[in-house]
Amino acid sequence: MIRVQCEDFDIGAELEALTRGKTGIGGVTSFVGLVRDVAGERRIGAMTLEHYPGMTERQLADIEGEARRRWPLEAVLIIHRYGRLEPGERIVLVATASAHRQAAFDACQFLIDWLKTKAPFWKLEETPEGPRWVDAQASDDEAAQRWTKD
Amino acid sequence: MKLLYFAWLRARIGIAEERIEPPAEIATVAALLDWLRGRGPGFAEALKDARVVRVAVNQEYVGWDHPLRPSDEVALFPPVTGG
Repeated sequence: MIRVQCEDFDIGAELEALTRGKTGIGGVTSFVGLVRDVAGERRIGAMTLEHYPGMTERQLADIEGEARRRWPLEAVLIIHRYGRLEPGERIVLVATASAHRQAAFDACQFLIDWLKTKAPFWKLEETPEGPRWVDAQASDDEAAQRWTKD
Repeated sequence: MKLLYFAWLRARIGIAEERIEPPAEIATVAALLDWLRGRGPGFAEALKDARVVRVAVNQEYVGWDHPLRPSDEVALFPPVTGG
């Protein structure tokens, strides 16, 4: 399941809803991304996340589909926020549930790695020197790449 | 053709979206980028380095040689930074 929203989410309530009634699930892995207050040497006052409505949901659904093809998953949840967020606030939740833990761990890592290089979101940081668009990281490309090596 | 711009591409070009009718010979994404660069200094500056321009046609990533149709929604944006 995919959700792109401005408002915050409750991690406990989301994980509870994800697994409720699905007694074949043996393990749940979750990843929560937060806004940091530093980026390298810069202090970050807040950031604004922009996205491409429509394409975002499509890309996330494609990524979820790919994860379900690769691993035997009982449930998948991706929630990604947009708008202005301050340090400490939640940006993204990725949760995967499977009968056994390894599939849940691997699929969760795959989902966040692919999301970071494919989902059309952009971060604009508020710094003491003024607003600054975050650059894409080569390390994120490398993290996504390793899921294409077979 | 509907064009959308995001993040610093939008900021440099100065608009978020527009409808355009490029000449008929503009048949691919690469040709469209070349044509857009000639529309003004904001476009030229925003699109000068194609290595940091990503293109989606009808909300799917495409390459430079992807063909274009008048009904397409074409989005230009920098490498993504979500998550």
